[in-house]
Amino acid sequence: MGELITFFSDNQEKVMEQVLEHIGLTFISLLLAAVIAIPAGIFITRRPRLSGGVLAFTGILQTIPSIALLGFLIPILGIGLKPAIFALFLYALLPILRNTYTGISEVDAAVKEAALGIGLSKGQLLRQVELPLALPVIFAGLRTATVINVGVATLAAYIGAGGLGEFIFGGIALNNATMILAGALPAALLAIIFDQLLALLQNTNARKLSKAGKPLLLIIPLLSSAYFWPQAYAPGWSAGFPPEFMGRPDGYQKVVDTYGVDFTTTILNNALMYKAVYESEVDVISGYATDGRVEAFRLRQLEDDRHAFPPYYCAPIVQKKLAEENKKLTETLNLLAGRINDSVMTVLNHRVDFDKISPEQVARDFLKAEGLWRADQKQGGETLIIGSKIFTEQYILVELFSQLINGYTDYDVDTRPGLGGTKICFDALRNGEIDLYPEYTGTGLQVLLNPPQDTLERIITQPDAVYQYVSREFEAQYGLKWLAPLGFNNTYALMMREAQAESMDIKSISDLIRQQ
Amino acid sequence: MIKTQGLTRRFGDFTAVREVSFELQEGQTLALIGPSGCGKTTTLKMLNRLITPSAGNVWVNGQDISQQPVVQLRRQMGYVIQDMGLFPHYTVAENIAVVPRLLGWEVSKIKARTGALLEQLGLDTGAFAQKYPNELSGGQQQRVGIARALAANPPIVLMDEPFGALDPLTRQQIRRDFMELEELRSKTTIMVTHDIEEAFEMGSLVCLLNRGEVQQLAPPETLLQSPANEFVADFVAEKAAQLELRSAKLRDIFSELPEAPPLPGNALPLSPTLPLLRAIYRLAKARGKHPLGSTTYQGQQRYFTLPLLIEAFKNNLQSWAN
Repeated sequence: MGELITFFSDNQEKVMEQVLEHIGLTFISLLLAAVIAIPAGIFITRRPRLSGGVLAFTGILQTIPSIALLGFLIPILGIGLKPAIFALFLYALLPILRNTYTGISEVDAAVKEAALGIGLSKGQLLRQVELPLALPVIFAGLRTATVINVGVATLAAYIGAGGLGEFIFGGIALNNATMILAGALPAALLAIIFDQLLALLQNTNARKLSKAGKPLLLIIPLLSSAYFWPQAYAPGWSAGFPPEFMGRPDGYQKVVDTYGVDFTTTILNNALMYKAVYESEVDVISGYATDGRVEAFRLRQLEDDRHAFPPYYCAPIVQKKLAEENKKLTETLNLLAGRINDSVMTVLNHRVDFDKISPEQVARDFLKAEGLWRADQKQGGETLIIGSKIFTEQYILVELFSQLINGYTDYDVDTRPGLGGTKICFDALRNGEIDLYPEYTGTGLQVLLNPPQDTLERIITQPDAVYQYVSREFEAQYGLKWLAPLGFNNTYALMMREAQAESMDIKSISDLIRQQ
Repeated sequence: MIKTQGLTRRFGDFTAVREVSFELQEGQTLALIGPSGCGKTTTLKMLNRLITPSAGNVWVNGQDISQQPVVQLRRQMGYVIQDMGLFPHYTVAENIAVVPRLLGWEVSKIKARTGALLEQLGLDTGAFAQKYPNELSGGQQQRVGIARALAANPPIVLMDEPFGALDPLTRQQIRRDFMELEELRSKTTIMVTHDIEEAFEMGSLVCLLNRGEVQQLAPPETLLQSPANEFVADFVAEKAAQLELRSAKLRDIFSELPEAPPLPGNALPLSPTLPLLRAIYRLAKARGKHPLGSTTYQGQQRYFTLPLLIEAFKNNLQSWAN
């Protein structure tokens, strides 16, 4: 609880911004849905034959899983506000439509007959009798839609539309319960508050409700515009960062501290941010230095001239006992030492991500080109389990390790790629569920060891010192051994479109700040 | 005033109403009666175009109603239904004011009219005007329904089983009050009922329908005295006694009444065609102002007091025994 309060006070602005975005997303979509669904609901009461089909169709929309729906929408509407609102709009349709239809259908037939009989026109019947009497039911529909939307709006964070989902997904990515709560709690509160407010309105009688309807017509657009309030005074470059980068101490916060820069950040799913910068949805993203997409999307990596990011040299880490008992294994893995530099790794990643060649094939081609490839040794040896985190580079590394070990030793290799994040792989290795996985020095230093500040400042700019430090500490603290680094430094890097960088003459992060 | 010719309505292969024709003068009341499904409600609803006729015409004051804008047409016809259909979100006063408001009456005029109607129907304005329909009893709701139909002073009133939803006691009471309404005397009224006593009590003409066809269209006593066919005879037979009772008129006992006022005072003039029972009722109600009544038939005037009328009524009953 204390942690949560600290988190809120440390992130006041961000919390406020996300709450406003969340409210905005909820109500823009609610407004759109009401504008469409209420007239549509009225229309199908006049055309009962259509009602079954229309209600069934909106019912089917409701059953599409939200993530799948967002996925469908990206090719059509891109990322950001539009697809998020459209998805929320679709989810809000059914409750409003169904309740409008039900509310109007259930107006007493005698009342309608009397109304027509004494000379109300059809329009007057609708405005003076049917709508006022159906209003409580229509309101119940709006209420359901609002609560659904507050919930589903958390998913907007997946496609860069912000909202409280940023904390929730960031928290999940970083295994940080406080952060998850910081998103989930306000979201739940919003749902409860809006639900209760609407309940209050719904329970007043139809007459007062019709009076309340007018201010409400003003309030909903006002709440909708909440989404844009934060943007209105947001300074700096627009940047798209994945949740993990936003949350890690060596990520966004480090850039801010080192360069004194202020970005208007948008949380984007890892897989989406390259596309977003490419299509000018944002100007800066935090990529990985060796990512294949840097080439594919014609991005420029900005030089980290003040060393905000620690070095992330990659090396396999294994149980110390296993490494010492099997010199052959260590020697085999060390065959790769220093052979893969940044650009080689980028090419390997690109071949998998864009040429759609399997990691297994890419690894074999590389080993053959390096003259390292050997056919599989005899079967039936002891089983060695290799794990990895869940991104392309790690899949390739697992294949490289696996093919080498199969070729040079008696082990039978079992691969477990894509286990998840750092913490999961690290725990699996310590518990002996896997025998080795590729790790990065910077991650070992800051995420797993988290050394005192002065130590960190002393070694952070020197790759060798970092490697020495993590090797020593991992052996001492966890009984794990770092083997020789493979050669490339997959550090975080800020990137922007090559063309834009060129035209503004930006080569380093310092240049970026100057152009702000 | 209102006239139909060959009014017919078919639903698919089923003919609900076949060739119904009648003509009503101003101030007359037509009671449409018959067993369930005989087409009486359908006939009524064709008069204000809630149902469009398959064939035939309706004229109001010589004008073909199918040529008139439907909303205007309906605003000139009061409409009362069995389930009342009061607007639950409107107060009593607002319910009554619906049509005058649609017609653009001034607020003060609407208010005066609403108050007057409530008063006439025996609902205290102060107590009822601001109530909502769900706070009223069934009888009170029906009174409001009637007030709403009469609010804009339509020359024609259509009523579909107006007392059908009420319990027998309330029903009797409301029916009496209703017939005594000053407002209604000058109206041309067409009402649907399945209660033959009600039809005989209220209708100056009764139209008995069966399977969509008119069996007999005549004043109530004609149906009793000379039924047009066996169906009519059977239909009235069961309640013949009550009907006869209800159809006995002032003129039937005219010869028994004294030519000179039996006591001094202001005489209440009553029509000789007024049913005896109603004459008794009216005189009883007016006792404070009028100690006696009078009626004129074939150029002669006769007087009567309440005890005298009741005596005459008894004699009338006695005559059945002979």
